[in-house]
Amino acid sequence: MKSDVLVIGAGGAGLVAALRAHETGASVRVLTKEYATRSQTSMAQGGINAALANVSEDSVEAHVQNTLKSAHGIANEAAVRLLCESAPEAVVWLESIGVCFSRTKDAKIAQRTLGGASAPRACYAQDYTGLKILHTLYDRCLACQIEILNERTLLDFITNTSLTGEVFVSGVSVLNIRTGDVEIYESASVIVATGGYSRIYEKHSTNAKGSSGDGIAAAFRAGASLSDMEFIQFHPTALRDSSILISESARGAGGYLLNSKGERFTNELAPRDEVARAIHEEMKKGEEVFLDIRHLGEAFIDEELPQERKLAKLYENVDPVYELIPIKPAAHYTMGGIEVGSDSQTKVNGLFAAGECANHKVHGANRLGGNSLLELIVFGAQAGENAGKYAKNSKHTHEPIVQKNTLLGEIQEFTSEINFYEMRANIGDIFYEKVGINREEKSLKSALQEVVKIHKNLSLMGPKDKSKIYNTNLVEFIEFKNLLELGEIILTCALQRKESRGAHFRSDFGAQDDALFKVHSIAYREKTAYGVKYED
Amino acid sequence: MKIKIQRYSTKLEVKEYEVSMQDATLLAVLNEIKTAQDATLTFASGCRSGVCGSCSVRVNGSEVLACAHKVKEDDLVEPLKNVPLIRDLVVDMDKALSFNAKAKAWQSALSQNITLTQEDEKRNEIQSDCILCGSCYSACPVYAVNEEFLGPFSLTRVWRYVVDARENSPEEKLQTIQTNGVWDCTLCNGCTLVCPQNISSKADIEKLRSKSVMAGHSDPSFSNFGGGFGGGFGFDGSPSF
Repeated sequence: MKSDVLVIGAGGAGLVAALRAHETGASVRVLTKEYATRSQTSMAQGGINAALANVSEDSVEAHVQNTLKSAHGIANEAAVRLLCESAPEAVVWLESIGVCFSRTKDAKIAQRTLGGASAPRACYAQDYTGLKILHTLYDRCLACQIEILNERTLLDFITNTSLTGEVFVSGVSVLNIRTGDVEIYESASVIVATGGYSRIYEKHSTNAKGSSGDGIAAAFRAGASLSDMEFIQFHPTALRDSSILISESARGAGGYLLNSKGERFTNELAPRDEVARAIHEEMKKGEEVFLDIRHLGEAFIDEELPQERKLAKLYENVDPVYELIPIKPAAHYTMGGIEVGSDSQTKVNGLFAAGECANHKVHGANRLGGNSLLELIVFGAQAGENAGKYAKNSKHTHEPIVQKNTLLGEIQEFTSEINFYEMRANIGDIFYEKVGINREEKSLKSALQEVVKIHKNLSLMGPKDKSKIYNTNLVEFIEFKNLLELGEIILTCALQRKESRGAHFRSDFGAQDDALFKVHSIAYREKTAYGVKYED
Repeated sequence: MKIKIQRYSTKLEVKEYEVSMQDATLLAVLNEIKTAQDATLTFASGCRSGVCGSCSVRVNGSEVLACAHKVKEDDLVEPLKNVPLIRDLVVDMDKALSFNAKAKAWQSALSQNITLTQEDEKRNEIQSDCILCGSCYSACPVYAVNEEFLGPFSLTRVWRYVVDARENSPEEKLQTIQTNGVWDCTLCNGCTLVCPQNISSKADIEKLRSKSVMAGHSDPSFSNFGGGFGGGFGFDGSPSF
C-alpha cells in the first residue's frame, strides 16, 4: 500500500518529521529497524540548546556565535541562524506536547552549561533528556495515529528517472527482520532519519549498535551526495572499558579532568575537539585520565546525574560520589552525512534527510553539545513539512518502476570462511588508532588499504546463520557492509583534507588552512574508488 | 563460566555455553557467544546502557536488562513472558505496545502558557523515566486470565499524563482505563520488583484508582451490590438487568 510520505528511522528526527508531514495532511508511514523508542536519541543526556536566558543572560546571537566558533569556519551561517533562532520555539513546542523538563525554582525550564557555550543554554530533564523527548514524541505519534512499522531494515531506496532526466525517489525496499522477506513500500517522498555512523569505531564508540550509517550508505547508492564525512566527533568522557557515555553536563556542573598524578591538565569546558585532544595527549604520555565529580556531592549527583552514577557503578565498579571515574574519548557523533539543501532535500528528488544522517552544515568541523537534539527538532520539522508538500505536488508522467532488490540473493551466495564479526572488531580498532583523534597520511593510507582489502573479501564473510526468521546475523552483516562502504569514503576525505580543523586533526598538517580547505568535502564515486571535490 | 540459554526456532531447548569472562554483563556475554561461538544465537540489544529498553530478558525467572545484569555461574536466560516468542530471546512487542494507544497514553491537546513548578515536574519525573522495556508486562500475572489488560507500563504512562498540569481532560483519560484497566490489577507488585527504572506501576495504578473514584467511577466487581445499574451477573450468577 502506497503512502504519501515514508519516514525511515524512528528516532527524534524521524518522529518529528512524521508529525510535521502528518500535519500537512499527508499520509505518513514510519519504518524502523528497531522499535520507535529504542533509537540512539534515547541516549542523549546533556540537553537541548535554546537561548531562553532562564538561568542567566543569554541571546540567540551568542548561541549563533558559539556554534560558528566551534564549527571552525565550515558551518553555513544561514543554517546556523535558522537553527538557533528556531530553538526557543522548538523547546516551547516540546513543552507543549508534554516533555518533562527539569525546572528552576522560579518555575522555568532549567538550563545548564555545556562545553563551548557562553551561558547555561541546555534545557534538560535530569540526564534523561533524549529519553524523555523521544518517548513524548512517540506518544504524540500514537495520538496522531501515525503508522509505525517495527523491525524493518532498510535495503535500498527505489529511484526512477523522469522523462526530463530527473532522478526521483518512489519508495524503499526493506528486510522484514521477523519474516525474512523483502518488502517494498512505495511513496511519493521519503525522509531518511537513520542516524550516524559512529559504530564504525565499534567498541570505541559511545553509540548504540544500530548507528551503522544504513541510510547514508543507501542514499549514496541511490545517487545522493555525501559531505564532510571525515568530521567525526570524539566525546571526551566515555567510560574507559565500555565506551559508555558520561554526559558533558558532569563537566558543565564543575567536574574536573585529572591525570594519574591527580593534576588538572585542560579547560574542561572547552569544545569537545579540544578536550578530547588534550586527553589523548595525556594518554599518549602514559597517563590514565579520570573524571572527578566527587566535590559536587551526592545530593547533586543523584538529582542531576542519576544515570551517570548508575552506569559508572555498573561498568567500572566505581561510585562517582566517592571515587574517580576512569575515562577515555570515544567516537560519539558524525558531523558528515547526506548533503541536503536549505529545504532538507537531497540531490535525489523527493528524498529528504534530517538528523545525524544529514549534513545541514550547522555543526561544521565540530558539533557543540546540546545542538544535536535541537537539530532533530528543527530540521526534522523542516524535512517533514517539505516532504509532505512535495508529495502533494508531485506528479510524475509515468508510473514508477519498482526495481527488485537483489542484495539478499547475493549474500546467500557468500561463503563464511571469515568471521565478519572479527573483521568488524578489526575495523573498529584500526579506525580508533588511525582515523581517530590524531591522524596522519601514512596511517590513513594503511587504514584505507586494510578497509579496501576487507571489503574485497566481503563475499568470504557472509552470515553463518541461514535462518529466514529474525536473522540478526544477516542484519549485522548488512550493517557491516554499509559501514565498509562509508569507511572508504571517510578515509578518502580524511586523506585529502591536508589540514587540521575541528575534529579532523592531522599531526602532519597541524594548522587550519583556510586558503585551501575552508570548504565542504563532497564525496563521489569513480569507477573503482571514491573521489572528493570541494564546495563552499 | 557456564550459562544456560533457552533457544527457540522450531522447538524450545536449553543450551549451555562456556565463556571465560569475569564480571561481565549478560549482554557482553551474549555478544561474545554470538560473535565467537554461535552466530545463530538471537537476542535484541541497542544502547547497552539501560535506556533503550531492547535487551530485557528473564534470568533465573526474573526480568532484567541484559546490559545491567552481571552474569553468574549457571544463570538460566529465557525470553520475556506474556508476549509472542519469535526466536530464542526475541519476542514480538507489538501487541504489548499497542496498549499505549488503547489507553490513550498521551497528552490530550497541546498545552499553552502553563507554568510548571519544580513540584509539578516531580509529580511524574520517575514515570517519565520509563524505557518501555516490557519487563513489567512480562512479570504481570493478570495476562494469564485477561490478555486485553492494558497493563503496567501503559497505565503508568496514563498516570504520567493524568497527573501532569498540562493535561486538560484528565477525566477523559480516566474514562479510558476503566475497562481492562485499573480495576483488573491484583496489586501483586510484581511489576515494581522488576522495573529497571524503579517505577512502581502498582503504586501508579492505585493512584489512578483513587482518582477514578473521585471522578465518580467505581470498581466494577462491586457494582452489582445493591442492584446498581452496572449490569453483569448477580450473586447467584444469573444475569441482572
